[in-house]
Amino acid sequence: MKIVVCIKQVPDTTEVRINPKTNTLIREGVESIINPFDLNALEEGLRIKEKMNGELIALSMGPPQAESALKEAIALGCDSGILLTDRAFAGADTWATSYTLSRGIRRIGEVDLIICGKQAIDGDTAQVGPSIAEMLDIPCITYVRKIEEIDKSNIKAQRMMEGGYHLLESSLPALITVVKEINEPRLPSLRGKMRARKEEIIKYSAADIVCEIDSIGQMGSPTVVEKIFAPPVRDKGTMIKGEPSEAAAKLVSELKEKGVLL
Amino acid sequence: MSIKVDLEKCTGCGFCVNYCPFDAISMRSRQEDSLPASRFRRYAKIEDSCNLCGACIDSCPLHAISMERAEKKERVPLKDYKDLWVFAEQREGKIEEVSYELLGKGRELADKRGCSLVAVLLGDDISSEAEKLIHAGADKVFFIEDPLLANFTDEPYTQALSWLIEEEKPEIILMGATTIGRAFASRVAAKIWTGLTADCTELDIDTERGLLLQTRPAFGGNIMATILTEHNRPQMATVRYKVFKPLKSDPSRKGEVIEKKYPGKLSSRTSILEIIKDTTQEINLSEADIIVAGGRGLGKPENFKLVEELAQALGGAVGASRAAVDADWIPYAHQVGQTGRTVAPKLYIALGISGAIQHQVGMRSAGTIIAINKDPHAPIFNIANYGIVGDVFEVVPALIRELKK
Repeated sequence: MKIVVCIKQVPDTTEVRINPKTNTLIREGVESIINPFDLNALEEGLRIKEKMNGELIALSMGPPQAESALKEAIALGCDSGILLTDRAFAGADTWATSYTLSRGIRRIGEVDLIICGKQAIDGDTAQVGPSIAEMLDIPCITYVRKIEEIDKSNIKAQRMMEGGYHLLESSLPALITVVKEINEPRLPSLRGKMRARKEEIIKYSAADIVCEIDSIGQMGSPTVVEKIFAPPVRDKGTMIKGEPSEAAAKLVSELKEKGVLL
Repeated sequence: MSIKVDLEKCTGCGFCVNYCPFDAISMRSRQEDSLPASRFRRYAKIEDSCNLCGACIDSCPLHAISMERAEKKERVPLKDYKDLWVFAEQREGKIEEVSYELLGKGRELADKRGCSLVAVLLGDDISSEAEKLIHAGADKVFFIEDPLLANFTDEPYTQALSWLIEEEKPEIILMGATTIGRAFASRVAAKIWTGLTADCTELDIDTERGLLLQTRPAFGGNIMATILTEHNRPQMATVRYKVFKPLKSDPSRKGEVIEKKYPGKLSSRTSILEIIKDTTQEINLSEADIIVAGGRGLGKPENFKLVEELAQALGGAVGASRAAVDADWIPYAHQVGQTGRTVAPKLYIALGISGAIQHQVGMRSAGTIIAINKDPHAPIFNIANYGIVGDVFEVVPALIRELKK
């Protein structure tokens, strides 16, 4: 069984802010991390690999620095790491990113299962996983919280829904996206770290993955960012003082007055 | 397409370096990089990690940075595309509330654009729901019935809608950012090669250019971005629950209900074996008007009952911080925040939640936020409309008594 896990290197988003006066981004010592949901995807990939004696490949698209994310994936136990990197990939939206990753997966060859995190924390779109599935013409199960069964040709998994879950069965090859609940990601072992240091990350350019040049990067992206701005500022709140019963009474009457409670 | 730094204007001040969210600008020596000599020793170099976001352009006090964009052409004849569609998502034959909310906003946008508002319904034996969509604002309803469309699996849904899009050529499609909508919209946009913007919090029409202005939070809500789909059609966007308001249902509204027949045979390689409802989630968090959430400050699992009691007294849903979920006091489905659900209720009450940024990201767009916490310095108070510094075990019972009066 050959498994590909798609990972993304993201800035630790909570540190990026906007200066409301100048309308520009402020980044203070933002570190790059593997998207947290992708760690769950890697963990699930590792578990399947161990159970079924499979091959696990970590795949990413990004600038040369994203190599460190793939090294980390190898330290966790992936067999190899592939980085799709080319200036021509820059400025890609979810469509062009999905196209590029799907071409990268084609280049790898026969893949049985593709695992992605449910979304990346910098964009929060949750669009790339299902889009890759469509571009590869394979079925897709999103928001997987548990894999109940998997063999060479089928997967049975729970898709988390609002207010419950669906138990789905799909033929392989297929793509799944996973939520945090699915597992607890492991930490890299010392041996893994040593191996990661030696292992070469395979790099593919646009030419290597044979893609249409007008379908990648900014050229291939149907969306453009018109402008960025600071979100509206919240008014300074009111602190309610007094004994618990007094404070509770004040709060309830305030909420009724403002029409928040009827 | 790239970011260009005008070396004659750049003074090497380094201003832009801190504004780049991707850490893609470095200050380099002109001499070492064998550039022509200048009165300024350093210059800004755009590295390969540049994502072309353009944040640096505005940051430069000398206007030395600009973006060179390649001219893109129309991917399809734009003038052939008209009307605004709302995907009417149904579960077990019942239309999701978010679809009515989208019809409310869709009505306003369609009027501004001067086009029809069309609801699209996919299911099996669902035509009876069509009238409700007309009453909620639609001028027209297209519906496709097939046993494979009864419950959502992505392949037959994508086949049916993509076909209908090619037939009817809508200019705009709005969908709910539900677990179904997100996967479905992505697949359709991937198939027909068009732009899709997730989780829009504001939508408007640029009447001059005839474009949908799609505004959404980025970088965990710290930044807002307005996004356009200029050269591809339809322009697609998803919107979460509770962002827009539905119109009041008007049974006197009239409209056309049209059945569409998919010409081929729909197929799916995925089957639904079972639909399991979580009875601990009486009220769906994403749809709840009121959420009472508990965190580490509650101390132990038994104390979580307090959260449930207050939620019950208010008719709200129960949420939790990551700390409470990680401690196994409550299932993951209740987790609010970056790695849980994002919610936007009218009222959010945080009990014993310190309010780490990861939690705030998931709830800060709530209408009114109330925080009750022992620690007066808890960050949750920075975003709360009302705060009470005190013991939740004293304040909450008092609050419940007050509500029952």
